[in-house]
Amino acid sequence: MRKFLIRRLLFTIPVSVAVVFLVFLSLHLTPGDPVMALLPPESVGTNQAERDELANALRKRLGLDQPFHIQLLRYFGNLARLDLGTSAVTRDPIGHELAPRYQATLELAVASMIIAVAIGVGVGILSATRPNTRLDAIATTLSLAGLSMPSFVLGLLLMLVFALQFGWLPPSGRPASAFSAEGFRYLILPAVTLGLQGAGLLVRLTRSQMLEVLREDYVRTARAKGMRERWVIYRHALRNAMIPIVTALGLQFGFLLSGAIVVESVFAFPGVGRYLVQSVLNRDFPAVQSSVLLVSLTFVAVNLLVDALYALLDPRIRYAA
Amino acid sequence: MGPRRNLPLAIGGAIVAAITLLALLAPWLAPYDPTAVNPGGRLAPPSAAHPLGTDALGRDVWTRVLHGGRVGLVVGVVAVVIGAGIGAPLGLVAGQFGGWVDLALMRLVDGLMAFPALLLAILTVAALGPGHIQAMGAIGVVLVPVFARVARGQALRLRDQEFTIAARALGATDARILGRHILPNTLGLLWIQATVAFSGAVLTEASLSYLGLGAQPPTPSWGWMLQEAREVLFVAPWLGIWPGVAIAAAVLGWNLLGDGIRDRLDPRR
Repeated sequence: MRKFLIRRLLFTIPVSVAVVFLVFLSLHLTPGDPVMALLPPESVGTNQAERDELANALRKRLGLDQPFHIQLLRYFGNLARLDLGTSAVTRDPIGHELAPRYQATLELAVASMIIAVAIGVGVGILSATRPNTRLDAIATTLSLAGLSMPSFVLGLLLMLVFALQFGWLPPSGRPASAFSAEGFRYLILPAVTLGLQGAGLLVRLTRSQMLEVLREDYVRTARAKGMRERWVIYRHALRNAMIPIVTALGLQFGFLLSGAIVVESVFAFPGVGRYLVQSVLNRDFPAVQSSVLLVSLTFVAVNLLVDALYALLDPRIRYAA
Repeated sequence: MGPRRNLPLAIGGAIVAAITLLALLAPWLAPYDPTAVNPGGRLAPPSAAHPLGTDALGRDVWTRVLHGGRVGLVVGVVAVVIGAGIGAPLGLVAGQFGGWVDLALMRLVDGLMAFPALLLAILTVAALGPGHIQAMGAIGVVLVPVFARVARGQALRLRDQEFTIAARALGATDARILGRHILPNTLGLLWIQATVAFSGAVLTEASLSYLGLGAQPPTPSWGWMLQEAREVLFVAPWLGIWPGVAIAAAVLGWNLLGDGIRDRLDPRR
């Protein structure tokens, strides 16, 4: 087990390095001179000489006057010291700007993950244990609809119904952390939007895995020896069906993080995703890079966690590794 | 095995065909100019003249939905072509040569896959700038690892097949083996992958344009139409319906089509 975890941990190092490298490289992908693209909008009206002066100052400040490999080493060095740079727009340290937003996004992601798993796995089991019934048909159809409905469409719909029509929940914003009663109310609509979307995939996956496992010999044996159906399903079938599902949860978290970017924009929820989009629109490249990096490395870490869980569920993984 | 009913394939195919047709024929079907502003007729509810109403600038929503489909279709097709055009050769080369070439290329692919899809697209848009042309590139980048993996898997599988070994024994070069023997046997898989990838591409395009990072106004796009609808949700809730229905239908159609094709080719189901 320990050996497996260490190997898995070592594997995340090259992937993380590749992620940092690609994020670093993205600035250099900018066609033409990246500095010109980074110039603040107020420089547009100024004349050529002033703009050049601004560009040179910015180039120096960002270290873009250095050769490529020095820049790359510096970038890694700064990250190692947890220095995420300063925002080109607000001039504040990006780390400070990201911290509260990261908390908001994590709250949203975890809440929606809970909703997605509860609905997705629950409905998937119901569906698989009653294959080809009307309930099964409704569940599979709804899950496909959930998969196809973009989160911003679903989000607008929920906002229209629950915030505008009935007035039960606030339409947007986030006055406080979800750990307060007031903040929690603001988390519900975004989390449900994101969670319902995630549930779609999990219903399909749980259903197909359960159907497969329920055909296995050990399930037939368990039934033959007179074990109660409920026990067969939860002890024998579900545990084995969970293995691919848990793997999918890691990927699912990636979808949730992607989805959070959009959902945060729909509900004006001040998380990393909304900050990222604002930064792209403001052409605040250091902020863009740092938020992308933060979210991607979170994704890498979650996948590592999921693999550890995977080994815990399936003894074969531990020994095979 | 006799002919089986394949409902997903039929429904998905019908939806995709209908949407594609509407998008292609948009200039002839649409009653108005998609960018023509009409200050006198702003936020009009659906009527005989404007079946889906007008938006905050008085533009005809039905016209813009049709033209938005056209933009989405073009972005999706080009993005899939970019993704397959870069990803498939990368994967084939990695699979064929193995060793450090494989290792290096696949670590790059792993790096790309370590990003949640939309995030990678946004990062690319941040580098290239917002716009629907740039969105094609951004979505294409997201699809590169998907195609690379499929192509590599197939190249690895075929590398030790008799016809490949025979070709090698006859002195065929790597390029010839790849082009004449492995690629033709990979195309089928790539087509299926392209269908599946397309539903993702449509969704990503809509998300990017919703966030204001895709097609820029006044170019009509379903995503941005929804963003504009969100701003006037209180006064004109009907504006959000049709672009939303259009996106959901397009993604559903492509998902069903992909499912249907996979079902047909997978004898186990």
